[in-house]
Amino acid sequence: MQGSGHAVCLGADIDTDLVIAGRYLRTKDHSLWVAHVFEDLDSAIAPRLKGAVIVAGKNFGCGSSREQAAIAIHEAGVVAVIAPSFARIFFRNAINIGLPVIECSVTCTANQNVRFDLAEGWVEAAGKKYPIRPLSPRMQEILAAGGLVNYWKAHP
Amino acid sequence: MSTLSERILGATAGEYVDHKVDRAYVCDGTGMLTLETWKRMGAARLADASCLHVFFDHIVPANNSTTATLQHELREFANSSFLSLSDIGGGICHQVMSEGIVLPGEVVVGADSHSCTPGAFGAFSTGVGATDMAAIWLTGETWFRVPDSIGLHLSGSLHGAAEAKDLALSYVNRLGMDGGTYCALEFVGEGAKTLQMDERLTLCNMAVETGAKTGMFYADDITVSYLAAKGQKVSAQVPESCTYIRNLEIDLADIVPVIAVPHRVDTIKPVQDLAGLPLDQVFVGTCTNGRYSDLARLAKIVKGGKVAVRTIVVPASRQVLADAARTGILSDLISAGCTIGTPGCGPCLGAHMGVLGEGEVCLSTANRNFRNRMGVGGEIYLSSVATAAASALKGEITEPEVA
Ligand code: SF4
Repeated sequence: MQGSGHAVCLGADIDTDLVIAGRYLRTKDHSLWVAHVFEDLDSAIAPRLKGAVIVAGKNFGCGSSREQAAIAIHEAGVVAVIAPSFARIFFRNAINIGLPVIECSVTCTANQNVRFDLAEGWVEAAGKKYPIRPLSPRMQEILAAGGLVNYWKAHP
Repeated sequence: MSTLSERILGATAGEYVDHKVDRAYVCDGTGMLTLETWKRMGAARLADASCLHVFFDHIVPANNSTTATLQHELREFANSSFLSLSDIGGGICHQVMSEGIVLPGEVVVGADSHSCTPGAFGAFSTGVGATDMAAIWLTGETWFRVPDSIGLHLSGSLHGAAEAKDLALSYVNRLGMDGGTYCALEFVGEGAKTLQMDERLTLCNMAVETGAKTGMFYADDITVSYLAAKGQKVSAQVPESCTYIRNLEIDLADIVPVIAVPHRVDTIKPVQDLAGLPLDQVFVGTCTNGRYSDLARLAKIVKGGKVAVRTIVVPASRQVLADAARTGILSDLISAGCTIGTPGCGPCLGAHMGVLGEGEVCLSTANRNFRNRMGVGGEIYLSSVATAAASALKGEITEPEVA
């Protein structure tokens, strides 16, 4: 899987409460999550997410297991999230809904173009290539299918 | 020579395994998303329904008609498909699972991050998201990467006003919010054997605050007799010598009352450094500190006095509430001016019942003090029950007296 987008830089230890607050969880309306994504972190972020690659600090997605966090980021149009490390439940959730998450330490400059190739195992930002920690074969299959729902439809 | 995780999952750290799960549980929030996703997967199969548990604990009773309608759908499904349902007032999923359901050696998953809690029984118990859970509903199994383990070697015993919660906040501080990422925490050593089940549950509960997959104690005599009282006959687990990727030595005698300050769980200060900080609310409850022994400690301190600030007490389960009623500590709490909530999560997640206003300060016995978690602009300080109790009486952060 390959992709690219403009960088949106975020700090370390971004918890899922900050991605989508608990007060917005009780609905089936995904657009509500998209409308309020990152609201408690910085309300200026949301309009920049379409076509973006989030480049965050370590431990992205810590805290609550709420899958709405990964869904909100994905459906807001984010192409991938890159961070040196992820909280493991968020990491699994993201793969399961088809949002590429990439373990890699990248120096982030806002709006610069970031490219990645998961099969070849690299991220490129500001002309510099960084190696990534590869996903397990199973996770690659799930991601390639577009998430675990599609994966199950293909492997009933 | 294996860690407990390796032994239970039957593979070496770093390997990926597909493993049957003995218990899988969801709550009212994650359950709805699980149900929706399971249907999108085709809803073709359902694993052994007797192993699938549904808990109504996060927003109970429902706070508005949207929530009520979603809960109604999940309730109908659980009933019609014979899932094991714990409806409103039954209590927090992790607590009820710890009242004789989870047994040593089991593989347990919960669609909630604090599903590491029942690891206190020597089970491999961890959190997953709704989509993973939907696949588990289909097949009864999931994949795991067998974690490396960090050994927390406990010696000595807690003394003075220090509680297991102070130890929990202290180890989270030492490891940091990502110090346990992808790992299991094993609490071992002579000090571990001095801790009762309620204390072990508090310690395992907070493992995820370091990013850990789970926190675990080896089942010993204390585990065996706790479960025997719940009608479960189990055997102790004998630790083998094994390799930890990191070791932390903790002398329990060094633990003092501490508080995690906003907005990071791993940033702590001794209570005395914050003494005098005015409070708007005290909250005693949650899957960290809402058990019977917690309420009993609170009652012992506030009995005969009056709380000087609004104080919300939420028993972690119906069993806890029933025990508190039976022994009389419930009336002690009510007489002292505490407000008692429906067993469940209460104000912990900021959805209802005790939401903080802009600029309000809460001292809570919960496990998370993330920005805005209990209400936009609210500030959350985390402490032990004894610190919360002493502070409730004064209306400001107060050092607990040595019992
Ligand atoms: S009590 Fe709080 S931390 Fe525990 S399960 Fe409920 S919301 Fe989560």
